[in-house]
Amino acid sequence: MVYLTRRAEFAASHYYHNPDFTPEENRRIFGKCNNPNGHGHNYTLEVTVKGEVDPRSGFVVDLRQLKEILTREVLDAMDHRFLNKEVPEFSTRIPTTENLAIAIWQRLATKLNAAQLHRVRVYETPDLFVDFFGEHEG
Amino acid sequence: MKAHLTRGYMFSASHRLHSDAMSDAENALTYGKCNNPYGHGHNYRLEVTVSGAVDEATGTVCNLADLDGFVQREILDRFDLENLNTRPEFSQAVPTTENLCTAIYDILQRGFRYAHLEKVRIEETMMNSFEYAGAARSSPSKNT
Repeated sequence: MVYLTRRAEFAASHYYHNPDFTPEENRRIFGKCNNPNGHGHNYTLEVTVKGEVDPRSGFVVDLRQLKEILTREVLDAMDHRFLNKEVPEFSTRIPTTENLAIAIWQRLATKLNAAQLHRVRVYETPDLFVDFFGEHEG
Repeated sequence: MKAHLTRGYMFSASHRLHSDAMSDAENALTYGKCNNPYGHGHNYRLEVTVSGAVDEATGTVCNLADLDGFVQREILDRFDLENLNTRPEFSQAVPTTENLCTAIYDILQRGFRYAHLEKVRIEETMMNSFEYAGAARSSPSKNT
């Protein structure tokens, strides 16, 4: 088994708000992240896939294919977007880094055929990142 | 759904690597420049990884303010801009980054109640990093 990690970057804005909480609760729990006008980050995404090395190509996965899937499923949908308003997953879920990692996993897991998705890591800043290993892992 | 959250912090401290169990010659041989009696310092980068179910109401594994507050009070206030050799944590142990890792892990493991502690990682320099995931875990990098 060999693991391969591909990195991508995207910039997006978000804010944290739960409509079930009172305005005071939202402010207390989410602090400055509750500002409804949003704020942004340069996110770094690392997608790790695993698989056996194909004896003919020497690849775990065709990187060009992986890059295309990442661009189509994640970057086109999220880069330079307001996550709360423009990405459907976040109409019902708060776009925290945790939920972002889960949403990206769910977007990718069914699209990869040759290799198996191992980990989605999302850096919100260099000092804050989340790893998601799938619904049944971790 | 379970996720792992990692937060990075910085602190600066000095230390001297010297073991009372060794002769001066052995210490010099074992620790080299790190045995300099006047000590030397590093900018340490600490990474704390916690895990847990992502709370549906908040979308988070734990409240970052709780983690940051705990690390500030219990780790950074304790070690930042200190000489590690003078700290009680290192009265019996050489303040190597291995021992710093386990000391910080133990403090978090004892006191941090808001999420499960997965591991502690410390970069002593850009070239050296150390990880500790508790005595029961033989391979901290199993999932990474």
